[in-house]
Amino acid sequence: MLTVAEVERIALLARLALSDDEKVRYSRQLSAILDYAAQLAELDVEDIPPTASVLSIHNVMRDGDKAVAGLSRADALHNAPETDGASFVVQATFDDEG
Amino acid sequence: MLTSLTVRAARWHLRRREVSSVELTRAFLERIQALNPRLNAYLTVADEEALAMARQADERMMQGEDTPLLGVPIAIKDVLSTRGMRTTAGSKILADYVPSWDATAVARLRAQGAVFLGKLNCDEFAMGSSTENSAFGVTRNPWDESRVPGGSSGGSAAAVAADLCCAALGTDTGGSIRQPAALCGVTGLKNSYGRVSRYGLIAFASSLDTVGALTKDVYDAAIMLRAMEGRDPCDSTSVAAEPVDAEALDARGASLDGLTVGVPREYFTDGMQPDVERSVRIAIAQLQALGARIREISLPRTHLGLPVYYIIAPAEASANLARFDGVKYGLRVQGGDLIATYMQTRGAGFGAEVKRRIMLGTYALSAGYYDAYYIRAQKVRTLIKRDFEQAFEQVDVIAAPVSPTTAFPIGAKTDDPIQMYLADVFTLPVSLAGICAISVPCGFDSDGLPIGLQLIGPAFGEQRVLEVAHAYQQTTDFHLKKPLS
Repeated sequence: MLTVAEVERIALLARLALSDDEKVRYSRQLSAILDYAAQLAELDVEDIPPTASVLSIHNVMRDGDKAVAGLSRADALHNAPETDGASFVVQATFDDEG
Repeated sequence: MLTSLTVRAARWHLRRREVSSVELTRAFLERIQALNPRLNAYLTVADEEALAMARQADERMMQGEDTPLLGVPIAIKDVLSTRGMRTTAGSKILADYVPSWDATAVARLRAQGAVFLGKLNCDEFAMGSSTENSAFGVTRNPWDESRVPGGSSGGSAAAVAADLCCAALGTDTGGSIRQPAALCGVTGLKNSYGRVSRYGLIAFASSLDTVGALTKDVYDAAIMLRAMEGRDPCDSTSVAAEPVDAEALDARGASLDGLTVGVPREYFTDGMQPDVERSVRIAIAQLQALGARIREISLPRTHLGLPVYYIIAPAEASANLARFDGVKYGLRVQGGDLIATYMQTRGAGFGAEVKRRIMLGTYALSAGYYDAYYIRAQKVRTLIKRDFEQAFEQVDVIAAPVSPTTAFPIGAKTDDPIQMYLADVFTLPVSLAGICAISVPCGFDSDGLPIGLQLIGPAFGEQRVLEVAHAYQQTTDFHLKKPLS
């Protein structure tokens, strides 16, 4: 059973603010799903390679470095919640002493 | 009625100048206006853009141009980027997002001259099996408006079923094209992983996501795939496979002589609805009557598809959805510092199922659990893939149900995630193996709700799957039945 404290730890890692109700609900629901997934632990997969991609292609090279037009500044900025017309505006990552 | 035309039939009438693209587009826009308030299949109806595209298509035709989609009105699932056309992914966090570029699949359809009627409802970020996870309300099943259309491409399936477009784009990560196609009585092709570029698709689970179409018949499925498929420099996992050939489907006709169809015993379980099993068994007998040899096979890891999928897909989703942080696009909820802004933006912007999967994926990838969950799930994925590879040494295609039940009532499964996930138990293994499968209508239950037959092929085996499905539709009429009549 996933405790509420564990749910809070995961929520911080995932950058999700949760209400108290959500924490309780997710501790119950995530526990049920993880219990369901526990059947995987019963299998012997010691010598089985993991599949990250079903394709057998590796190290795909670009066709050649060709200069193509990118997004204009206006296009890049037009969905932003806040801009100064030239850049995205966000809160400071570090405080003044940082 | 103009709006009931297939892509192929629409092109036939357009080519003979019996109807213009503008007239055809108007007919669809009128029907959308009449029915969409009830069905909620469209999130955005692009009246002006659609008519402008139709006028352009008519001009191209006047100049003698002819493509399989020129002037044909289609619609697009709202997880695929459309240049200048709002794209929400069914999420509040992207409620006002307007992409600056087209997804490659969309760009290729645009180049062919298809007309875009608008954007279709879906579960938020394509996570769900009922379209109930859309932040913009559920889509209703045209066969029974108290029931779900399936998901996550529920808007696409409902729009095709209700003749609100000639064909629709969808995406399938664990069954999101096939299951709604089955529940709404339309044709839905889930392509092999890599066949159609994922560029411009708002990513959910990158090793599983595929782009495809929901259509009124199998021939149209071939036309749509042919228009979208092929290598794309913008998606390094896209593959240049032998293109599909729609015309060859007619040439082959309705004979299945020389083909072997496998029937996996694990896909006929005690819990499934009896009407579903009966219709699928009758459909398999029909394939036999057309000349196919039927062979019982075993796919022993079928039941492991669900636990493997619900580790791998959320893990990939938790990484992909990290980009929604309120900085460059989408919702921003300002907090006391940057971390608080991230957390409050995501807490307010994502719905319950998306948060649940981000949490699950974050947990499965976190220190101490990575090997036990994520790597182990990837290893079992290998076993599931091998099951199919061994089966395809003995058979050409596999026939199975798409979903264990027909469309369920709205609200029936929303409180129990695992019950909802079980709706995809017969579609998840195909996605994990990266192979292809089509859902075609094969009957109705005692309430008159559609049932789907799933025909599964090996990786890049679309042509064979389409041939078998086309032969089936040549000799049955389930795909011709319409709701709302």
